[in-house]
Amino acid sequence: MSNIRFEQIEGKSLGFYILVAGLGILVLAALGSVYYMEHHGHFVTGMSNRIVWGMPHVFALFLIVAASGALNVASISSVFNKKLYKPLSRLSGLVALSLLAGGLMVLVLDLGRPDRLIVAMTEYNFKSIFAWNIILYNGFFVVVAVYLWMMFERRMNKFSRKAGLVAFGWRLILTTGTGSIFGFLVVRQAYDAVIMAPMFIIMSFAFGLAFFILILMASYQWTNRPLGDAMVNRLSSLLGVFVAAVMYFVAVHHLGNLYLAENTGVENFILFDGGIYTKLFWYGQIILGGLIPMALIYHPVTKGNRSMLGLASVLIIIGGLIQLYVIIIGGQAYPMELFPGKEILEGYGGVAQYSASLPEISLGIGGVALAIIAVTFLVKFLAFLPESLADDVTGPHHKS
Amino acid sequence: MNKTLNRRDFIKTTSATTIGVVTVASGITLTTFASTNKVPVTNEKRWGMLIDTNKLTEADIDGMVSACQKEQGWGSELHSTGSQKPGWIKKVKVKDKATGKVSNLALMCQHCEEPPCVDVCPTNASMKREDGIVLVDKHLCIGCRYCMMACPYDARSFVHETLSNQKEHMPRGKGTVESCTMCVHKVDKGEVPACVTSVNSDAVIFGDLYDASSKINQTLKTVQSAQIRADLNLNTGVRYSGI
Ligand code: SF4
Ligand code: SF4
Repeated sequence: MSNIRFEQIEGKSLGFYILVAGLGILVLAALGSVYYMEHHGHFVTGMSNRIVWGMPHVFALFLIVAASGALNVASISSVFNKKLYKPLSRLSGLVALSLLAGGLMVLVLDLGRPDRLIVAMTEYNFKSIFAWNIILYNGFFVVVAVYLWMMFERRMNKFSRKAGLVAFGWRLILTTGTGSIFGFLVVRQAYDAVIMAPMFIIMSFAFGLAFFILILMASYQWTNRPLGDAMVNRLSSLLGVFVAAVMYFVAVHHLGNLYLAENTGVENFILFDGGIYTKLFWYGQIILGGLIPMALIYHPVTKGNRSMLGLASVLIIIGGLIQLYVIIIGGQAYPMELFPGKEILEGYGGVAQYSASLPEISLGIGGVALAIIAVTFLVKFLAFLPESLADDVTGPHHKS
Repeated sequence: MNKTLNRRDFIKTTSATTIGVVTVASGITLTTFASTNKVPVTNEKRWGMLIDTNKLTEADIDGMVSACQKEQGWGSELHSTGSQKPGWIKKVKVKDKATGKVSNLALMCQHCEEPPCVDVCPTNASMKREDGIVLVDKHLCIGCRYCMMACPYDARSFVHETLSNQKEHMPRGKGTVESCTMCVHKVDKGEVPACVTSVNSDAVIFGDLYDASSKINQTLKTVQSAQIRADLNLNTGVRYSGI
């Protein structure tokens, strides 16, 4: 346990180049889409004056939320002193930074005026939760980078626990900030709930860990490094707990809303008669992204099977994207209550229509590709991955 | 410094009138539109509008919408779909669920005293002038659209396409957000907003809410008026009677 050896991957195989090339194409496609949308204006997207945040926001917020969750593994090891996860701390920090970079790329390129980024960085309205988030995101890069440095540099190792604590605190605030983007929109019935912030935190745990597990299993499989069952099974049950927790929060959120008379409209919309949003909620978010992964993780037949864990992780990611779609797009599609007690016959109202255009989807996928490409390259150039995570290395009898 | 410069540019392109620099209590220097006689914009005034839905005919509202379009140059976008086209002022028809009474009204930016759009804007592009008029500084707006998410009145629009032939006083631009300016370029010259002028009755009254001798102030003292979504406590500058 004490002499874990970290080593770069070789990254010379054909598979490596195919992976990088494939991801590179996706990133280029995203940039091409941005050029297209930027050149023409947002009329080529599915967005409108009612659905102002479309598919790119779904991906961007998903990646940002997942980024903070990917840091969990490192946090558990340094903050809660769980030795088993210690060898994974570096990778956890790396995945976190990469996902955040992907998310921010999408967020920034979806602005109406991405060329004015400098304005966003020099003009701060400190009342705006968005402005705080810009600071929180940039700070996350710095904090996690310092944390990684403490882990990489032997002389600094003794500070890594403290740095880990700071990073842990930072990520909690960051996700609270992301959740609060919605919490602050008091006028939108779908978002006006205090529970948004903690729900986003728990969502981040699940989405981030799902990403982490996929990257971990893929990198060990493709580089033929040993990855023991002790580690995988531990991560698997952690993932199960997180997914269950997300579902619990979702249930509390919706039941709580149903209880408040002013929110029954939007609740009925999401849960029962919202057409596509209701379908996405039940089939996508709940069944595909929650119940099936839980079954795969816990059912005796599939439990402990790595392919099934991989499948569960993929489903959690897809379910998470769907969940954000329902929150972000569904929440906008449902009309605001402009005239309580009155019916609007003309001029406003009705469910807003939205269908994501190809460039929007391509931009979102490009963000995911950018995150994965960053991980792929960095594990080649820096020693992020332990050479072996076999059971005898990670310590099969290690209970803590 | 940066801010002053930006706003100065904004004025240059937006208004042929002079520039007034006002230092507000918070110590932030704001350069704003000001009247031709160099009187700075102060918080001694609060511009507002009172719309009487009993007097306002549907034709009046249509007239208001086209007057606004003509004055500010929006609405002739070529590529945007119906839900993408800007709508600075809209005709809204509502029916009271209990009584069945139908009212028509014109809905534009309500120029909130506590504007959520200004609170959420990360770059200070959304701003409230001392006299209560809420504007978007087109040179600071990065097009994040968060203000549109936060506005309770669906008052803001996003420019979805490249524009040409903008009005000199209104530099609209692709990728930025816009909304009713209460015709600030006219108001600063002592004139009245275009939509108000277009109505040939006193169905719409414009003026200084604080000035006890103004018609709007006196009328508000005598008639029942309401703010839309008064429960949000935004203290809107636009008021309605008859709904
Ligand atoms: S009506 Fe909307 S856009 Fe106008 S000031 Fe209020 S919140 Fe801002
Ligand atoms: S779209 Fe423009 S005005 Fe609106 S919040 Fe963003 S930067 Fe501010």
